[in-house]
Amino acid sequence: MIKRAAWSAVLFAAIVLSSCGGQDEGEVVLVMAASSLTNAFSEIELAFESAHPEIDVQLNLAGSASLREQILQGAPADVFASANSATMQAVLDAGEATTSVTFATNTLQIAVPLDNPGAVTGIADLANEDLLVGLCGEQVPCGQFARQALEQAGVVASVDTNEGDVRALVTKLEAGELDVGIVYATDVLSSNEITGIALPATTDVVVAYPIAQLTNAANEDGARQFVEFVLSVEGQAILASTGFASP
Amino acid sequence: MTSRRIRQRAPWQLLVLGAIGAAVFVLPLIGLATRTPWSRLGELVTSDVVVDALRLSLITSLLAAAISLVLGVPLAWVLARVDFPGRSVVRAIVTLPMVLPPVVGGAALLFALGRRGVVGEPLNDATGFLLPFSIGGVVIANVFVAMPFLVVTVEAALRNLDGRHEAAAATLGASRLTVFRRITLPMIGPSVRAGLVLAWARALGEFGATVTFAGNLQGRTQTLPLAVFVALEQDRDTAVAISLVLVAVSLAVLLLLRDRWWSTGGDT
Repeated sequence: MIKRAAWSAVLFAAIVLSSCGGQDEGEVVLVMAASSLTNAFSEIELAFESAHPEIDVQLNLAGSASLREQILQGAPADVFASANSATMQAVLDAGEATTSVTFATNTLQIAVPLDNPGAVTGIADLANEDLLVGLCGEQVPCGQFARQALEQAGVVASVDTNEGDVRALVTKLEAGELDVGIVYATDVLSSNEITGIALPATTDVVVAYPIAQLTNAANEDGARQFVEFVLSVEGQAILASTGFASP
Repeated sequence: MTSRRIRQRAPWQLLVLGAIGAAVFVLPLIGLATRTPWSRLGELVTSDVVVDALRLSLITSLLAAAISLVLGVPLAWVLARVDFPGRSVVRAIVTLPMVLPPVVGGAALLFALGRRGVVGEPLNDATGFLLPFSIGGVVIANVFVAMPFLVVTVEAALRNLDGRHEAAAATLGASRLTVFRRITLPMIGPSVRAGLVLAWARALGEFGATVTFAGNLQGRTQTLPLAVFVALEQDRDTAVAISLVLVAVSLAVLLLLRDRWWSTGGDT
């Protein structure tokens, strides 16, 4: 019993220490960004911090829908970058931001593990029940866009799993646990373990990424500077290098 | 533990800290209740998504608890009674899932039992059998996170057990297996049941390992916690309603079993 109590005390102390450490020095800009922006924003963070050494950018990367909920529930964030306009619109409607601006666009691709174990050749293969098919859940943009693309192609996918965000889907494709999925072109570009197959040329899905400074930003200046940096020549160059197009 | 009772006023320091401690658990429940769409509750909890998830959650958590019982009690006995080299390492590994983020456990399961995993790949080549993205995967993920609770509870009971009855049975000619079955098991019964309830409760609430290893598909692998996660980002009323179902089921079982089983001793 005493041993267990001691362990509990250690755990508690660890939690308390880890949650309040490291925020005392300098300014912080907390950026909530869609998980498809993971690589691009990690590079932008580094570039921004070397341009503004006094500011520490903290990235909170998750599915856009998770981030939206966190913001609507009052998370102390400064900037929100979403993977679709509907999610951003919900944040604008709630008065958590006043304006947003599109800073990048993306396209979708069919993704398969490098050795293509399911011998996938096109979007029609997603209807094959013998293949392990993964999509993003309907609640996140990559899932909504993928369903738009499937609908436009007239394919009813035989889905085996609806992943919570695009990173989780990419990870399972990389691990070879799924035969095929629909992800962003940028995800295919940044991974050495999956390869992309083009969607039908008739596919008309626009993936636009809006960014906004949040109304309740604790660090207004930092938030504004970060948004400006993303829109600057340098920020756009980083986005382009990670596969995004300029709006 | 003796049941000796000392009638004395409780020290106020303990009462205050205890009350704050209890508030940690009560407050979130109040928060949940304030967001509950009570008038639409019946309609929400009988939706397809919720019914599918509830059924799947009950089946997989009960199966996981049963497997944990069948494998966990012998494992606890071995850890408590057999002195083998590396025992403390094995014991640490067995309890690791209690500390590990479940997502890490799920990923580790995928690397071991997935289609490209060390065990999963030969298994799949030989039989075509696949655990990820199946109900079997959910059960395995549940066992992985839940069984340690049973093992820890039962092992502690075994080590605290007074060995005289077992020794007496052995001198009367009972085999070791008979001693285990007829003497040891009944004596540690309360702890086994407590461990079983803990393991079941942990399995019912399992999220991270399940979503990582077994994926998320309504009717096949989407348990209640996964349904809550998806609904939270889509339709908060449904999410709150599912959460309430989860709270109600868990609370009912814990109340029922705690009174009946845990008060009879078997304390660790």
